[in-house]
Amino acid sequence: MENSALNIVVLVKYVPDTQFDRHLTGDSHRMDRNESILSELDEYALEAALALTDARGGAKAGNKVTALTLGPAAAAAAVKKSLQIGATDGVHVSDEALAGSDASATSLALAAAIKTLGPVDLVITGMASTDGETSIIPAQLSARLGLPQLTFASSLEVDGSTVTARRDGDDFTEEIQATLPVLVSVTDQANEPRYPNFKGIIAAKKKKVTTLSLAELGLPADAVGPAGSLTRVDAAAERPARTAGTIITDSGEAGVALADFLAAQKLI
Amino acid sequence: MRAIVVFIDQIDVPGTLHPTAHQLLTLARAAGEPVAVVAGPVDAGLAADLGAYGVTRILHSEQADLADYLVAPKADLVAQAAAAVSASAVLLDNGPQGREIAARAGVALNAGVITDAVSVESVDGALVAHKSVLAGSYTVAARATSAVAVISVKSHSVEAAPAAEATTPAVEAISVNFAPASLGARVVQRTPRAASGRPELEDARIVVAGGRGVDGDFGPVEEMADVLGAAVGASRAATDAGWISHSAQVGQTGKKVSPQLYISVGISGAIQQKAGMQTSKVIVAVNKDPESPIFEIADFGIVGDLFKVLPQAVEEIKRRRG
Ligand SMILES: Cc1cc2nc3c(=O)[nH]c(=O)nc-3n(C[C@H](O)[C@H](O)[C@H](O)COP(=O)(O)OP(=O)(O)OC[C@H]3O[C@@H](n4cnc5c(N)ncnc54)[C@H](O)[C@@H]3O)c2cc1C
Ligand SMILES: Nc1ncnc2c1ncn2[C@@H]1O[C@H](COP(=O)(O)O)[C@@H](O)[C@H]1O
Repeated sequence: MENSALNIVVLVKYVPDTQFDRHLTGDSHRMDRNESILSELDEYALEAALALTDARGGAKAGNKVTALTLGPAAAAAAVKKSLQIGATDGVHVSDEALAGSDASATSLALAAAIKTLGPVDLVITGMASTDGETSIIPAQLSARLGLPQLTFASSLEVDGSTVTARRDGDDFTEEIQATLPVLVSVTDQANEPRYPNFKGIIAAKKKKVTTLSLAELGLPADAVGPAGSLTRVDAAAERPARTAGTIITDSGEAGVALADFLAAQKLI
Repeated sequence: MRAIVVFIDQIDVPGTLHPTAHQLLTLARAAGEPVAVVAGPVDAGLAADLGAYGVTRILHSEQADLADYLVAPKADLVAQAAAAVSASAVLLDNGPQGREIAARAGVALNAGVITDAVSVESVDGALVAHKSVLAGSYTVAARATSAVAVISVKSHSVEAAPAAEATTPAVEAISVNFAPASLGARVVQRTPRAASGRPELEDARIVVAGGRGVDGDFGPVEEMADVLGAAVGASRAATDAGWISHSAQVGQTGKKVSPQLYISVGISGAIQQKAGMQTSKVIVAVNKDPESPIFEIADFGIVGDLFKVLPQAVEEIKRRRG
């Protein structure tokens, strides 16, 4: 297949805005999802998908970029924003029973949702969600879907059906190669995400968002949520907020004052 | 006693065990019977080192696929070895690869996965992991409710201690059945990074980090780090500018550190930077702008020019040491 049209699924998560204080609530210590937005790290995943499909002629040439989110009713906002930025289709997996799902249950439901979308060439995710921060979902999706895993990609190229990614580690930089279909997670080094423009915002109004329930995924209610989860949070404690300490203005002796401070703290 | 698997990578970084491996083995010994699962060869030296930490059994594989493909074959090894010894838990380091092996092994073993543990304790026979969440604003205690628990553990979760009596572990080579899709992402090239000779960010007791304020010159930051025996960190502005390797980045998309002392230099203190350092024990900030948000969380802040303050502090520390 010589640069034919691509069918890409981008995973976008609806997360509490990191600019505000974030909280865990209730007996099972769940995330308070008020004031949530599309995860800023997933904008890199969306950009990666759009750049690949732009290079193959975009939507006109039959390329498809489906933004997929799993979350409460309000999470549709993450899909909507993705459609405004340029995704062609949207899918929102939403079901009461999903609340309180851990990574394992979430990846199970996301994998089932992706399977409803027919043969997919690439599944692209962010490097981590800004609320869970675990980077578990991409690896688990790769395992559940049987797709090669190219994760923490700081660059991504698709030539014909050959995918090449760079992964920067502490000990070495690796070049990874696989053949479509694949699962990729991209870092914030991979690209410069675009913003929605006026045309995109208007166009998004005509784009379709499909909502899928658990039943439509063929999953029983107890496969997800607390019943289907394999981990449990026993206790959570808010850390006391850090407060400002001593602030001095340098008048020529601040370096000495710093040494004094370190000595008083027994750090030197 | 219940077998607790500790994953040891001898492919990416062969040779002596990383300090974190000793810590994981110490944890495993407290919770059950430590079994080492090694990707790569096991020579007499490694076996003795593992034995010193009370390992009774070593399962290992030298199959070439483990090195030729990203992450997935190692996860197959861990999952199959853990099943073979009926492990009740699997412990791994918390690097990107360790976390991803944990995630995949969790699927294969139908096991709950917990990442970023800063400590692990045995409570009524179950392992409870403690971790920071939401960029350090909460600490939680979590456990796996499945038969097997998979936990990736950060450095310094426990003080490493050899066993009272060394064991002579049995070394068994195993043959892993790789899933077809595990052999999909081939590593076609591997370029080693030059070592800085300084401590690793996540292991260091002290971190000195520079931002856009260093304006291309990490000299003063490095000199301060060296006089303190510290690791060098950076903001994303500094790594994006190419002044220092991306692996030095601290923050939401870089390393998450919590040293005894973090000295932030010429860094404004954006939310994404704070996400990687605000659980540090003591924070010192040097910034010429008194309005910088970093001062809101600094235990000791200096409003001043880093090019004056740092060299003077370095001189003073050297002078005091005679
Ligand atoms: C998705 C995403 C992920 C990100 N991840 C990270 C991350 O992991 N880590 C991270 O750090 N950032 C991250 N960022 C970037 C972050 O938002 C900030 O842009 C960045 O931290 C700013 O770096 P800085 O403080 O060095 O630069 P600036 O904000 O430009 O601050 C430079 C500071 O230096 C001071 N200064 C200048 N000259 C001197 C001098 N001579 N002496 C003393 N002080 C001086 C200035 O007063 C100023 O406060 C991320 C951003 C995004 C969007
Ligand atoms: N509920 C979700 N809905 C959509 N995508 C998700 C969800 N959870 C995780 N992801 C994707 O998986 C990536 C890694 O998330 P995590 O494993 O939670 O750190 C994110 O950047 C998203 O792309």
